[in-house]
Amino acid sequence: MDAFNYHKPSSLAEAVALHRDAEDPAYLSGGHTLLPTMTQRLATPSDLIDLEGLTELTGIAAEGRTLSIGAFTRHAEVAASAEVRSTVPALADLAEGIGDAQVRNRGTIGGSLANSDPSADYPAAALALNAVIRTDRRQIAADDYFRGLFETALEEDEIITRIDFAIPSCAAYEKFPNPASRYATVGVMVADFNGTVRVGVTGAGPCACRAPAFEAALSARVDPAALDDAELPAIDFNSDLHASAEYRAHLVRVMAQRATARLVEAS
Amino acid sequence: MSAETGIGAAVKRREDLRFITGRGTYTDDLNVPGQTYGVFLRSPYARAKINAIDAAQALQVEGALAVFTGQDTAAAGLGDLPCGWLVKSKDGSDMVSAPHPPLAVSQVNYVGEPFGLVVAESLAAAREAAELVAADFEELTPVVATAEAAQASPIHEGLEANLAYDWELGDEAATDAALAAAAHVTRLDLTNNRLIPNAIEPRAALATFDPASGEYELRTTSQNPHLERLVLSAFVQIAPEHKLRVVAPDVGGGFGSKIFVYAEETVVTWAAAKVGRPIKWTAERSESFLADAHARDHVTHAELGLDEAGRFTALKVRTTANLGAYLSLFGSSVPTFLYGTLLAGQYKTPNIHVQTHGVYTNTAPVDAYRGAGRPEATFVVERIVEAAARETGRDPAELRRLNMIEPGDFPYETPVALVYDTGNYQASLDRALQLADYGGFKQRRAASEAEGKRRGIGFSCYIEACGLAPSQLAIQLGAGVGLYESGEIRINPTGSVTVFTGSHSHGQGHETTFAQVVSDKLGVPFDDVEVVHGDTGRVEFGLGTYGSRSLAVGGSALISAADKIIAKGTRIAAHMMQAEPDNVAFEAGAFISGNQRLTLQEVAFASYVPADYPPDLEPGLSEKAFYDPENFTYPAGAHIAEVEVDEATGVVQLVNFVAVDDFGQIINPMIVDGQVHGGLAQGAGQALLEHGIYDADGQLTTGSYMDYCMPRADDVPDFTVDTTVTPCTHNPLGVKGCGEAGAIGSPAAIINAVTDALGTEDVAMPATPEQMWRKLRGL
Ligand SMILES: Cc1cc2nc3c(=O)[nH]c(=O)nc-3n(C[C@H](O)[C@H](O)[C@H](O)COP(=O)(O)OP(=O)(O)OC[C@H]3O[C@@H](n4cnc5c(N)ncnc54)[C@H](O)[C@@H]3O)c2cc1C
Repeated sequence: MDAFNYHKPSSLAEAVALHRDAEDPAYLSGGHTLLPTMTQRLATPSDLIDLEGLTELTGIAAEGRTLSIGAFTRHAEVAASAEVRSTVPALADLAEGIGDAQVRNRGTIGGSLANSDPSADYPAAALALNAVIRTDRRQIAADDYFRGLFETALEEDEIITRIDFAIPSCAAYEKFPNPASRYATVGVMVADFNGTVRVGVTGAGPCACRAPAFEAALSARVDPAALDDAELPAIDFNSDLHASAEYRAHLVRVMAQRATARLVEAS
Repeated sequence: MSAETGIGAAVKRREDLRFITGRGTYTDDLNVPGQTYGVFLRSPYARAKINAIDAAQALQVEGALAVFTGQDTAAAGLGDLPCGWLVKSKDGSDMVSAPHPPLAVSQVNYVGEPFGLVVAESLAAAREAAELVAADFEELTPVVATAEAAQASPIHEGLEANLAYDWELGDEAATDAALAAAAHVTRLDLTNNRLIPNAIEPRAALATFDPASGEYELRTTSQNPHLERLVLSAFVQIAPEHKLRVVAPDVGGGFGSKIFVYAEETVVTWAAAKVGRPIKWTAERSESFLADAHARDHVTHAELGLDEAGRFTALKVRTTANLGAYLSLFGSSVPTFLYGTLLAGQYKTPNIHVQTHGVYTNTAPVDAYRGAGRPEATFVVERIVEAAARETGRDPAELRRLNMIEPGDFPYETPVALVYDTGNYQASLDRALQLADYGGFKQRRAASEAEGKRRGIGFSCYIEACGLAPSQLAIQLGAGVGLYESGEIRINPTGSVTVFTGSHSHGQGHETTFAQVVSDKLGVPFDDVEVVHGDTGRVEFGLGTYGSRSLAVGGSALISAADKIIAKGTRIAAHMMQAEPDNVAFEAGAFISGNQRLTLQEVAFASYVPADYPPDLEPGLSEKAFYDPENFTYPAGAHIAEVEVDEATGVVQLVNFVAVDDFGQIINPMIVDGQVHGGLAQGAGQALLEHGIYDADGQLTTGSYMDYCMPRADDVPDFTVDTTVTPCTHNPLGVKGCGEAGAIGSPAAIINAVTDALGTEDVAMPATPEQMWRKLRGL
C-alpha cells in the first residue's frame, strides 16, 4: 500500500469539498473492497475520505411501505436488524450471506452499491425491491442506477447517503456462491408486491439487472414451474473459471425457481 | 504413568494456549535491530530470456539499499538448489537435472520465479524500488500441459528433452502376459489435479550475519531446519555448518511445502552479509501461490486384470508426472519411489508394472504435499478397483475383500519393492461398513432421489508407507541423506526433563505427544517434561517432519535415549542402594531393589552432585540416540464416502464420511482425530474444490482465494472416525503415523462416490458443479 492522506470530514459538504480538492481521492466506507485493491496496488488514491461518522449515512428505519437504510450500515447490522427482519427478512438473509464475519462487520451497504461489483449481492435486492438510491444531491431509482461493469449513475464525487427499499408482501433471495470467493456466481431476489413480482439478478452479467420475462410469468402465477420456459434476461452472461455463460444462464433460472419456491412456502 | 497424561491419553495440546491466544512466535513476529526488508523480483512470464536488468532507478528510491540479481549470486559462487533424490531411468542413466540457480541468471522458467532481490530500509521502499527495476525480457514459447511436455521442445537450454527420467518398477513382461490372459481388463484414464499447498502462515525468512564471529543465523518457516542448514552449507555453500544456525520458530502449517530449501531464504541469508544488515522477507499470499512448491499433477493410464473369480492378476500403470520447471528438493522421488511402490495397495496383485515419465514444464516446481505420491497411488488403485467392481457386476467392498492381503500373510512382500510388516485390512473394512450403515444405503439413495439429488457411495482401502525411512534402503533408492532421527533426553539436576528432538512440529502437537511418550516411559510428571525442537543451535541433528515420520522415527529415538537414561540410572541407583545392577528394576519412575526405592529425580540429583557415586561412571544424566528404522511403517484403513449431487445445479455435497484407520498404537487419540480430520478436509479439497490451473501462456489463473477454492468447514460433514490397531512390529512404540492418511485415502473414496452417483467413470478432480451439471446432461 502506498502512502495517502487520510481525512475524516464531519459533514457531507466537507466530504464533497475534500473530494473536489484532492488529486486522486476516494471515499472510504467499510474498506472491504477499496483496501484490498490498495494493498495490491491496483488502486493508489492520494486521499482517503472516511465516511464514518456522517450522521446522514446511518440508521435503519421503516416508515409506511419504505425501509430506509443508511449507506454506512454494515452488513452485520442489516443482518441483525429487527427492523429489517420484520419488514424484509430476505434482505437480512442476503446480508447474512455476504462474505464472512469479518467482511460483514466492516463492509457497508453503501460501499457495496457504489462499487457495483458484478457479483455483489445487494444490487439484486436494490432492483427487486425497487430501491431509491439517495445521494448528497439527488435520488436515483435503482432501475436507472446500474450502468455496466463497476459502472453506476453516480458522479465522481457523489455520495450515497441512504437506500430506500420498497417493502414487499414477500421476498426471497437465492444465491449460488462462487465456491472459492463465495461472492454470487448468480444471485436472484424475487419480490412480490401484492401480485406484482419484481426479479433482481446479480452475478449473471456485467451488472445487476431485472428479468422481465420472469417477472411477467410470476406476476401471472407465483409458481416455480411458471419459470420453466420463461425467457432469460437479454444480457451477455459472464463466463469465468467457475461458471461458463451457459451454466450461469441455467443457474439464473434455477435460483429464481428456488427463490419462488420459498415465496410459495412462506405464503 | 498417569492415566490422564500417559500413552493413550487425550491430553489437550499444551501448545494451543499460545496459538489460540495469539502468543505464538512466528518468523514474521520476530524483529531484530537494524533489520531491513527484502522483496523479490519475480518473473511475469512463464518462459523468457533475461536480456538486461537495470536497477539504477530503483536504487534512487529513498531507503533502497541494494538490488541483487542472478548475475550477482552466480559471481559470488552461490551453488544451485539441489534435488536430494537421484532417480535413475530404466536404461540405468541418471535423471536429467536442469540447473536450478537460486536467482534466475539468463532465463526464467515459470511465472513467479525469482530473478532478483531488492533490499531497503522499509517494506514500502523495497516494494517501490522493486517496481522500478527495469527488466528486459524476451518471451519464449512455454510448455505448460503435463501430457504434452515430453514431446514438446525442451524448455531448458542444453537439455535434449523435457523428460527428466523414464522410471519403472516391477516386471513388465509378466504384467503384460497376465493382462493378456486376464478374464477381464479394466482400463482407466486418470488425472491427478495440481494442488497448491496453502499453509496458513506464508513462508518467511529473517537472516542475520555477525561480522565479528562470521556467523549467520537464519530464522525461517522450515519443517526441517537441520536439512536446511545442511543444504545451505554443503550445496549452496553460504557458510560451513558451524557458522550457520537455522531456527524454525513456531511454524503455521507446512503440509510438505516447508520441507524444501527455497530460493528466498537462501538468497536472503547470503545477502544479509553483503548488505551488512539483517534482512527480513515474508511472502505475500500471492507469492505463496506462485512460488511455493505445488503438488500432484499426474496424468495416468492404468489397466487392471482380473480372473474369472475376480482376483486381480495384474496392474499396469503409465504415469506422466509434472515436475515443474526445476527439480525441487524431493521432487524426483514423489512420483517414483513414493508412488510406484504403493501400487499394490492392500491387495495380493501378483504382477505390477509402473512407468513414470517425469517431465519439465514452465510451471512452479512440484514436490511433496501431504501424502506425497501415496495419494496419487491410492487414487489409481482405488479408482480402478471400484471401476472393475462396477464393470464386472461385483460389490465393491466384496471385490476388495476377495483380493486383500490376509492377516496371516504378513510379513508380505509386494511386487513393487516393499515388505508390509503387519495389518488387518478386513477389520478396518468391516468396521467402516458397519459405521457407514452400508446396508441402509439403498434407502438413503431413494430418499435423496425424492429430493432431486443423486446419491453415491464410494470406497477407498488405502495403504501408505510412512515412518520415512530405513536409511540404507532409502540411500539405495537414491536418497542423498539418511532418514534416521535423533533425540536427546536431559534430566536436569532437580529432576525436570528437557527433551530435544530433530523432528519438527508445525501443527502436529509434538510438544504434547512427545512429552507424553517421555513422561510415560520415565515415569515423570507430564508437566515436568519440556520438548525443544526446531533449532540447529540447540538440537544436535535432525531430519525433520514429513512422511508421517515424527513419532515412528523421532519418537522411537526418544525411547532409545530413555533406555540409555534408565540403564545409566540403574547403575547409579545400584551403587546408592548397594545392590547389583541386575537386581535393580525401573518401575513408574523409580529404581527398586528389594524394599529400597530411589526416584529418577533422586538419582538425577546424585548424578550431578556425585558424592555417593560409582567411580567408573561419568557424572550427569543426559543421553542421546539416533534411531534408524528397520522398515517403513504401513498405516492402512478403509474410507467410505457418500455424496449427493444436486440434479439442478450439479453441486456435490459430501454428506457422510467414515474413516477407519489402523495407525498402530496411539499416543494421543485427540491429536490423531485432529490429524485425520485435517487430512480428510484436504482430501475433500482435492476431490471437490482445489485446482491449480495455468493457462496456455503459463499464467497461473488460480493465484488467489478468489479463484483457488480451499475447503471450508461447511464443505465437509461431521466425520465419523475410528481406529483399529495392529501395532507396528519393528519400532518400540508400535506406532505407524497418522499425519497423511486422511489426505491419502479420501480423494478416491469421494470420487468413487461421485462416479457412483453419476453412473460414469469419467469424472475429473475437482468434481466442480459445472462439470457435474454437464455430465448430468450429457454435455
Ligand atoms: C473476503 C471478502 C468477501 C466478500 N464477499 C462478498 C460477498 O459474498 N458478497 C458481496 O456482495 N460482497 C462481498 N464482499 C464485498 C464487501 O461486501 C464489501 O464490503 C463491499 O462490496 C464494499 O463495501 P465497503 O463498505 O467495504 O466499501 P469500500 O471498500 O470502503 O468502498 C468501495 C467503493 O465504493 C466507494 N464508496 C463507498 N461508500 C460510498 C458512498 N457512500 N458513496 C459513494 N461511494 C462510496 C468507495 O470510494 C470505493 O470506491 C467481500 C469482500 C471481501 C474482502
